Amino acid sequence: MITDITIGQYFPGKSFIHRLDPRIKIILTIVYIVILFINQGVFGFVLSIGLLAVMYLIAGIPIRMILKSLKPVIPLIIFTSVLNIFFIGGTVIWQWGIITISWEGIRLAVFMSIRILALIAGSSLLTYTTSPIALTDAIERLLKPLKYVKFPVHELAMMMTIALRFIPTLLEETDKIMSAQKARGADLESGGLIRRAKALIPILIPLFISAIRRAEELALAMECRCYRGGEGRTRMKQLHLGGRDAVAVGVMAACLAGVILMNLFLPTVL
Amino acid sequence: MEELLKAEHLDFVYNEDQQDGKQVLFDVNLSVSPGEFVAVLGHNGSGKSTIAKHFNAILLPSGGTVYVKGIDTKIEEKLFEIRQNVGMVFQNPDNQLVATVVEEDVAFALENLGVPSDEIRRRVDEALKTVGMYDYREHAPHQLSGGQKQRIAIAGVIAMRPDCIVMDEPTAMLDPKGRREVLQTIQKLNRSSHTTVVLITHFMDEAVQAGRVVVVDDGKILLDAPPKEVFSKVELLKSVGLDVPQAAELAFELKQSGIPMPDGILTEEECVAALEKLLKEK
Repeated sequence: MITDITIGQYFPGKSFIHRLDPRIKIILTIVYIVILFINQGVFGFVLSIGLLAVMYLIAGIPIRMILKSLKPVIPLIIFTSVLNIFFIGGTVIWQWGIITISWEGIRLAVFMSIRILALIAGSSLLTYTTSPIALTDAIERLLKPLKYVKFPVHELAMMMTIALRFIPTLLEETDKIMSAQKARGADLESGGLIRRAKALIPILIPLFISAIRRAEELALAMECRCYRGGEGRTRMKQLHLGGRDAVAVGVMAACLAGVILMNLFLPTVL
Repeated sequence: MEELLKAEHLDFVYNEDQQDGKQVLFDVNLSVSPGEFVAVLGHNGSGKSTIAKHFNAILLPSGGTVYVKGIDTKIEEKLFEIRQNVGMVFQNPDNQLVATVVEEDVAFALENLGVPSDEIRRRVDEALKTVGMYDYREHAPHQLSGGQKQRIAIAGVIAMRPDCIVMDEPTAMLDPKGRREVLQTIQKLNRSSHTTVVLITHFMDEAVQAGRVVVVDDGKILLDAPPKEVFSKVELLKSVGLDVPQAAELAFELKQSGIPMPDGILTEEECVAALEKLLKEK
């Protein structure tokens, strides 16, 4: 049943975007989100969405993947749009009883929807083009300065790695336990919500017990391989910034500057 | 020759500080010289794994002393030196791989030891080639078979370049193919890299391949001799709940019924050859 498990939504490839340093990708994603939110006009959106579209093209991510990642946020978009349309005051363009729709409300609703969609599409691009391992690695390195305020950066990264490592193992195990319980007559599919939740207990308990046992053995194996936390640890793979990363940073900086300039000098057309 | 591993009058009590402490090892004396391939044989609960866990200071003796390259395992400051010298491979391959990519896992011990990156790279590639898993270096562990995972675990240990590898029933959870792969890897390590191997097992056919077999029963060492000698004591082994290899048992039974089979038959090939010879003589 569960044979080929892909963790997260990594879409393997060798494009320019895939090969960027994961640290740079994380930082640029944050900058991109900032751009989306400081932007005030139509041209800025054209620019930022155009940039995103070009990046998706370079990365070679199919359209259906983008749509798939946008689907879960549709309810959120409808919700915020309704709030914005009906509750933002301004130039009234339509009125019925106590319900008023203002020009500013519609404008804000459209802008907000575009921002949310671009934000999700932008951050999805990060997870599509970066493997979970590279992401973990990059987060560990980016958070390194926090070590000085006693934040357990290495431990956090180690936990993420182990979690990623054991997700498939535990899924496989869940599958086995389910089959074993079904073979003994467990009914997992019928009944209401509460009955089904109860039927999960004989699956979860063996799973937890085995996970704890695994944890114990893994800890022993790690100690046998001289694990002693992050102190004095080296890494096999070093991350190096290259020309590619400089280009990406340059493009993003130009975009940021462009949006700021447009905010300052272009009168808001709409 | 100086012994690599040495247990002197080793006693061990589980839950020593509690009332219900249970003594599992009684006055064990065992030494292993560099380059040896020693199989430790015993049924479940005989204490064979407990002995193994003393050799890299996972467990510390309740009585007596264990030395690794002459270092007392009780000295805490030398813990990492001991663990680097004695690598340990466990039964369940799934529960000893840490990283999500094969090569990262092999690098784990070296990263812990603070080895420089390019040196890690070199040693990881070397270790992966030794166990024949170099082509799988970028795979995720869950994509591999049990035997392959166990070979990765072995690679992770030999990357540390230990003098000795202690394996605690490394094949117990594998299918026949996986067992064969792992055993071939162990033999290769022992023969071509002269790594000392201590193999804890309850499979007779694995013990036959070792240079020396130590039989453990109820926390005591019962026999300590080359395989041929150990497996000729069919009745003694059976009395402690152990089997002998099928070929050895056949030869023993034939001898009991008056057929002049030669001593020291362990493998099927040897048995076939002896029978053939006997038939021709008739």
